[in-house]
Amino acid sequence: MRIVSALFFLAGVLPAAPQWGGTLRIALHEEPKTLNPILVDDIASETVRYLTGGVLVRVDRVTQRSEPALAVSWKVLDGGKTIRFELRRGVRFSDGTPFTAEDVVHTMELLLDPSLHSPVGDSFRTMAGPVHVSAEGAYGVAVRFPAVLAGGVALFDGAAMVSSRSPLKEMAVLGPFRVAAHKPGAYIRLERNPYYWKTEAGRRLPYLDAVYLEIQPNRDVELLHFRRGELDLMSSLDPDQFEEIGRERPAWVKDVGACLDSEFLWFNMGETAPLPASRKTWFASRNFRLAVSHGIRRDDLCRIVYHGHATPGIGPFPAENLFWFKRGLAPHSFDLALARRLLTQDGFRFDGHKLRDRAGNAVEFSLITNSGNTARERMASMIQQDLSELGIQLNIVTLDFPSLLDRIGRTMQYESCLLGFNNVDPDPDGQMNLWLSSSSNHAWNPRQAMPVTPWEAEIDRLMRAQASEPQPLRRKALFDSVQEIVVEQAPILYLVNRHALIAMSPQLADVRPSVLSPRVLWNIDRMYLTR
Amino acid sequence: MTQRVSRAILIALFLGMLGAGIFAPYPYARQFRDEIAAPPARAHLLGTDPLGRDRLSRLWYGGRISVLLAPAATLLSVGIALLIALASVILGRWWERGVKTAIDLFLSLPWLFLLLTVRGLLPLNTPPAASLLVTFALLGLLGWPGPARVLIAAAERQAQSDYVLQTRARGCGAWRTALRHIAPNLAPVIRAQFWTTAPAYLLAEANLALLGLGIAEPMPSWGNLLRELQNPAVAHDIAVWIPLILLVITMGCCQLAEPIEEASL
Repeated sequence: MRIVSALFFLAGVLPAAPQWGGTLRIALHEEPKTLNPILVDDIASETVRYLTGGVLVRVDRVTQRSEPALAVSWKVLDGGKTIRFELRRGVRFSDGTPFTAEDVVHTMELLLDPSLHSPVGDSFRTMAGPVHVSAEGAYGVAVRFPAVLAGGVALFDGAAMVSSRSPLKEMAVLGPFRVAAHKPGAYIRLERNPYYWKTEAGRRLPYLDAVYLEIQPNRDVELLHFRRGELDLMSSLDPDQFEEIGRERPAWVKDVGACLDSEFLWFNMGETAPLPASRKTWFASRNFRLAVSHGIRRDDLCRIVYHGHATPGIGPFPAENLFWFKRGLAPHSFDLALARRLLTQDGFRFDGHKLRDRAGNAVEFSLITNSGNTARERMASMIQQDLSELGIQLNIVTLDFPSLLDRIGRTMQYESCLLGFNNVDPDPDGQMNLWLSSSSNHAWNPRQAMPVTPWEAEIDRLMRAQASEPQPLRRKALFDSVQEIVVEQAPILYLVNRHALIAMSPQLADVRPSVLSPRVLWNIDRMYLTR
Repeated sequence: MTQRVSRAILIALFLGMLGAGIFAPYPYARQFRDEIAAPPARAHLLGTDPLGRDRLSRLWYGGRISVLLAPAATLLSVGIALLIALASVILGRWWERGVKTAIDLFLSLPWLFLLLTVRGLLPLNTPPAASLLVTFALLGLLGWPGPARVLIAAAERQAQSDYVLQTRARGCGAWRTALRHIAPNLAPVIRAQFWTTAPAYLLAEANLALLGLGIAEPMPSWGNLLRELQNPAVAHDIAVWIPLILLVITMGCCQLAEPIEEASL
């Protein structure tokens, strides 16, 4: 009797064995533009590629480190210019065709073919000169870059291998699932890849038999389907949806933490921008920018606009970017006394409830943001009230997105702008186009022939240096300096980092959500259903 | 009876909204950040919105903007339409043809986009009050073709009537005939056009606000108060529906304020 009790006890304490079979049902928010992994350029196609594609190296979304996948090992040679991969043996595509070094060479040729305009290939072609890929035996591949490509290994996480010999071409895959059916505008059905290389207890993974991807652009309908139990997972909730599900079923929702997406504000510092001279002077002043930043209650933005599901923004990355975030940096605190002191140092004076500059001009400027984005409109209203305490009048202007892009990218007819940055890349190279002063995406003063300020010249130097530095720790030290300059100079006032919010059925097990994209599906081969 | 009740409701709304500064308990932009989306209570009779602003105060001030400026824009449209109609009686066929072509052209314009474009051209630092006036002025200036079509037809009917023939026979000039004899006889049609056009402007403002391109924050209008309804999480709260209820009541009263037989004259 005691033995039986002990067995029951153990059954309750030990984790249940994973169950095989079942169909996971999730929604795609748009029709995938392509099922060819070489040409992927949108989130829906990327999701399908993630579920079906096999890659040499997989970035573990929780540890944020590169792990072996189809390559069992790799070496970085020539000071970072060459990567040599040793491939896994005995791997087959979903149609049974063997996977060898020839397939890697073929895939890289397709990715690097300029006529195909592969967005994934673009990340390998960031420097002048050709990239050479050669097979070294059946299971060795060497990739030679024209210059040092820092963080080059992680780029292979997005390069799904295609077969050089299979008659199915790109539809023969190496990932956990293969496409079984596709009805455009309605659904995509994926079934298990019978030749998937990962195994567990002598059986080939994944645990799931199939994944049903419902193409559902309407987020409210997706929420309805999830609440009815017709979907198992929502990997991107807004705070209102999160609260709504959380009220009914608290165990079904999870706040994973601050993701890399950030909301920020910047001033137009363009030298040729059609702005009054007084405003150009204010915006060019570090003290003015810092005073505005210290006049904003970021905690309130997080608490009120995002119901607490956001973290005050600090700089280019939140603390959740484990490797690249510079420890010790903190958000600009709300400090009216400090803000007033900074303004006084620059010759501003307080005239009753109004702030005036040296010349007596009342400090007033406009803030543009895109219409229809409730969170941004609410943040703008709150910043407006916060800055009124400094005597600054902020005029909020909501514009349709094309008009807004035209103003910030071409005509420069704006004073300040509130926007967000959807960042999927935890590596600083992904933000190169934001920080280089010559870039057209250098938000506050784009396309500079020469850096206008010494600190912008320093950011240029540091960003270029880290991009060609093969040693990760030395790269980090360089990017740490960039983060320090950004916090000190405040060319961009980081406001908040939204949290990654997910909802999932309790029947879904071994889910390890991450703040990095894709937040939930990254370990799809180990997830299982308990129903 | 229906007309009287409708008019009484409209007058009450009009006067009530005029006194927003007296009746509203708080400034419309003040954010009570510790009372976010609070339910109705003594301090906030209709609760607070997601930024902690008092809903009742915003309703009063928002109503002032919607109820006062929509009729003003309507008066502008109907006034332009009346001038055009009288001119068509005075200036004859060539004017009438030209105006009718212009009306067809104007009616075929996607004027919501035109409105968006013009608003997009405003200087960014235009104060909210100025952008508000520009929005309604644009509505008024762009809205004349509908009333003009009806008024031209009514003015033509009047111009062919016996009393006009008699005044002309007595030597009365074209201008005098139009202004002293035809215009007063168009009054029922003018009133009908006023009452049917004003609700369209209330709706146009609401449409712009729902697109996020209406009256600039933090100034309220019934249109931008309706945006709260887009959030299903607060849709159960009756206070959120009050702007919609008031908008529907106002529009209904506008339609009922004029006797049907006069409106179809």
